[in-house]
Amino acid sequence: MLRDITLGQYYQTDSVIHRLDPRVKLVATIAFILSLFIFDGAAEYAIAALFLAIMIKLSRVPFKFMVKGMKAIVFLLAITIVFNLFLTPGEPVFAIWRLSITKEGIRLASFLTVRLSFLIIGSSIMTLTTTPNQLTDGMESLMKPLKKIKVPVHEIAMMMSIALRFIPILMEETDKIMKAQMARGADFESGNFIKKAKSLIPLLVPLIISAFRRANDLAMAMEARCYRGGDHRTRMKPLCYKKRDFAAYAVIVLYLAAGAMADRIVKMVLVLL
Amino acid sequence: MSIILDKVSHIYEAGTTMSVTALDNVSLVIPDGQFIGLIGHTGSGKSTLVQHLNGLLKATSGSIYFNGEDIDAEDFDKKRLRSKVGLVFQYPEYQLFEADVFSDVCFGPKNLGLTPKEVELRAYEALKLAGIEDEYFYQSPFDLSGGQKRRVAIAGVLAMKPDVLILDEPTAGLDPMGRDEILEQISKLKKETGITVMLVSHSMDDVAKYVDRIIVMNRGGVMLDDEPAKIFKQYERLEEVGLAAPQVTYIMKALHDRGYDVRLDINTIDEAKKEIMSYFSRLAAAKRRR
Repeated sequence: MLRDITLGQYYQTDSVIHRLDPRVKLVATIAFILSLFIFDGAAEYAIAALFLAIMIKLSRVPFKFMVKGMKAIVFLLAITIVFNLFLTPGEPVFAIWRLSITKEGIRLASFLTVRLSFLIIGSSIMTLTTTPNQLTDGMESLMKPLKKIKVPVHEIAMMMSIALRFIPILMEETDKIMKAQMARGADFESGNFIKKAKSLIPLLVPLIISAFRRANDLAMAMEARCYRGGDHRTRMKPLCYKKRDFAAYAVIVLYLAAGAMADRIVKMVLVLL
Repeated sequence: MSIILDKVSHIYEAGTTMSVTALDNVSLVIPDGQFIGLIGHTGSGKSTLVQHLNGLLKATSGSIYFNGEDIDAEDFDKKRLRSKVGLVFQYPEYQLFEADVFSDVCFGPKNLGLTPKEVELRAYEALKLAGIEDEYFYQSPFDLSGGQKRRVAIAGVLAMKPDVLILDEPTAGLDPMGRDEILEQISKLKKETGITVMLVSHSMDDVAKYVDRIIVMNRGGVMLDDEPAKIFKQYERLEEVGLAAPQVTYIMKALHDRGYDVRLDINTIDEAKKEIMSYFSRLAAAKRRR
């Protein structure tokens, strides 16, 4: 039932991308997202698409999986497209009643679609290939400089990793309680909005109780192991850069450079063809 | 009233690297009125199997028939199936949500669309069947003890008046006394109502005393399916898959091995007591004859 949500899920397999240091993946994802917002022009997006395609191929995660994550934003995407199509002023191409589709609207809508879908796919490559623990480790390590200005970096990272850790647990729990209530004849699907919202009570009450119980147990377990925050803590698996990580950084720089010179590159390719 | 499983397989996360075959070609017939023990170690597919019986999980392949009707057919009413095949999950006390015990038990029958009077009548009967005293009816379910909570949760399923009651590890996490209480209650309920009961467990000691048929599962398949006495005779095969016969069976075997002429087909403590006592009287009789 809830297993269909892939956003933020890890896909277990062995690939170059999986083996990369989480910091590289974080930086790469941020760079990729930034590039999507700086780019404007078909040539640049062609470069981005190529880069994304190579990454998907290298990650060995079935493409189906990433598209599944897209389902969550289909609605958002649809609204964006409609608004941009009709509400962008400019040269009209097609008109119904008082609404008109403009050339600029089409351009903007298509760019936004590409931008949003690339953004989701790009960030799902990161989450699909990195375990939540690695991800928070990477974040903690990248944010370390902020410690100087008294940002509780370790605590933030710890909270994030606990939150991430609890997502699958709570999903499983939801699934279990849902099934248990369905075995008692509960119906979560039919009925109007109010009826549906009401039908969630038998699900939410046990779920919240169990979340509190688990949080309590976890706090106790952490205290029993003398957890007292980040100072002087060492790691079992410290992050350290390997050759391939530096190579990956180089790839990111190359990608950004290619993006900057996209027009010229595309022209060159066209000439060669 | 019977349930028939025809070559049922279930694969979790099919088509990914995480795919797990939880059920592999399981065919079973569950006739009316039996008391069945479903045994298997953790991960043998017991819980997956029982969730198919009331249509919570859909078989990846194969079909399931309830009273001759295919439960995956489009016009089949799953809600009715769920009222007829009551499933009590592991740790069912975690599904309690109402402010008091009585309203929680009312949840099931209310979902069946019965009249308020009928709902209350059923809840009352179910609570009585589950052995809950009147004084607890209007307490918060969260204030009860573990064993009591569990019985309230079982009552919640009983209130739907199922023809088949399936209990997934009803004794998990209870102390020996709570365990015996629950099992006695279930056995009493079975005698009073005559419904089909399926007890899922990984402990032979739990089920040996009560059931009249045991299904042993291993790696998603049915390994053995027979009367308890015949199953326990093959305790070596049970041990191979991480299970065991009841402890008394081993005691009787050890006695036999040391030259005491006792019967071996004994699975409960009461039977063992009787057999040992009768052994001594036989011995005494033999001495007198001499």
